[in-house]
Amino acid sequence: MIRIALAALIIISACGRQSAGPDPIPEINAEDVVSGYSFLTAETQALQDDDFANPGFLWVDRGERLFESTQGVSQSCSSCHSDGLVGAAATFPKIDPASGALINLEGRINMCRKDHQQADQLPYTSDELLSLTSYTAHQSRGMPINVDTIGQAAKHLSAGEDYFFTRRGQFNLSCAQCHNQSWGQKLRGDTISQGHGNGFPAYRFEWQSMGSLHQRLRDCDTGIRAEPLPYGDQTYVDVELYLAARAAGLKLESPAVRR
Amino acid sequence: MNWAIPAIALVTLCLPACNRSDAQLVASDQIVGDTIPQPLTTLLGRPEIGQTLFNAREAGHCVLCHQVVDSDTPFQGNLGPDLTFVGDRLSAGELRLRIADYDQFKPGTVMPSYYRTHDLYQVGEAFQNAPILTAQEVEDLVAYLAGLKE
Ligand code: HEC
Ligand code: HEC
Repeated sequence: MIRIALAALIIISACGRQSAGPDPIPEINAEDVVSGYSFLTAETQALQDDDFANPGFLWVDRGERLFESTQGVSQSCSSCHSDGLVGAAATFPKIDPASGALINLEGRINMCRKDHQQADQLPYTSDELLSLTSYTAHQSRGMPINVDTIGQAAKHLSAGEDYFFTRRGQFNLSCAQCHNQSWGQKLRGDTISQGHGNGFPAYRFEWQSMGSLHQRLRDCDTGIRAEPLPYGDQTYVDVELYLAARAAGLKLESPAVRR
Repeated sequence: MNWAIPAIALVTLCLPACNRSDAQLVASDQIVGDTIPQPLTTLLGRPEIGQTLFNAREAGHCVLCHQVVDSDTPFQGNLGPDLTFVGDRLSAGELRLRIADYDQFKPGTVMPSYYRTHDLYQVGEAFQNAPILTAQEVEDLVAYLAGLKE
């Protein structure tokens, strides 16, 4: 019986990170960590920096109105968070003490809707949820990422790290092969950045819209012809935690502007 | 030995779960040193078609990562080496291995294997169980690149 279990274990682990053979890809040195902002053209940087021209502010402003509103909810977000949520976004994803689950900002907002506002869950890609996350993330703009990775978060951190280093898709590439090993180099017109999540939700020209970090991760997975995970998938939340931990200290930029 | 049967059953159950297949399109005995000396098809490679495949987004799209200086494709990538005069540097057999399945020779390389279906993981539904390019298309690319000489 033990031998069967052992055989199964060996087979299953063979599906994951392929550690045999190639040298492991090193992490980025802490002093070299830079935001995706540094790889943008001067014009795109200027657009991000101008609060009146930055299209992401449409979502931030809409989010502020939703935050104050009692329409469709038993009480507004601001009735509990009268001082707003300054600094909160910099600490997500985090463990929800009641359930022990690792949740991101989207998950936390939907939890408040269920527990405190007697309201329906907002779909992950809905304009309402995107607006509320944009407004909340903007309140932490300029603050350093500061997530907790110990205790119950530790296993999520390592699951996220595993995803980051696992080769996948028909192109057989890992996140690390592009974002740790090849940042600064060009994929057609794009300069590959270090793949940090500090700008999200972000406005992307390609989307002509604001979008969540999970939307960006789905684009990267799709690009290497891997089956993307569903929006809000627990593994993507784990990747979010790993990305935040590897970018610890980097300042939040939402609403960032990206190609 | 009574554990062997359930173990084999487990293996067969687990394998499809991670998109593994044992059949290798490029068998290890086709590889000699860092080359695949024998063409993958009996038809000759067609350099003009190879050139189109190299540039087209819906085909090889090699310009994502490589540049060929004379081509008029805008925004060519530089994640991989410049291939402007690669025909001076690499033989047909060397080119064939690098395009078809370089990872078998150099595990962990960023250069994707264009003629491979084994040992891949989480492949998109639309792309499962087929290589990125056909054997003929690999030969077309080999013919194109072999002709890129100074
Ligand atoms: C084939 C190369 C490649 C792979 C593999 C890849 N990415 Fe990306 N990624 C890109 C490119 C190109 C961009 C757009 C330019 C940029 O910001 O880096 C990008 C953007 C990003 C961004 C946005 C960065 C910003 O500042 O806007 C994040 C986050 C990211 N990737 C994370 C990941 C993760 C996590 C994985 C694995 C699940 C992954 N990437 C796999 C090429 C890749
Ligand atoms: C995702 C990026 C990427 C794509 C797409 C890509 N390559 Fe590469 N290629 C590389 C990298 C990186 C190397 C260097 C590999 C190494 O040494 O490990 C390479 C190496 C090569 C080499 C050997 C070059 C030399 O000077 O040694 C050839 C030939 C080549 N690629 C052809 C192609 C062709 C043909 C295509 C399209 C069918 C293609 N590549 C698509 C990244 C890429």
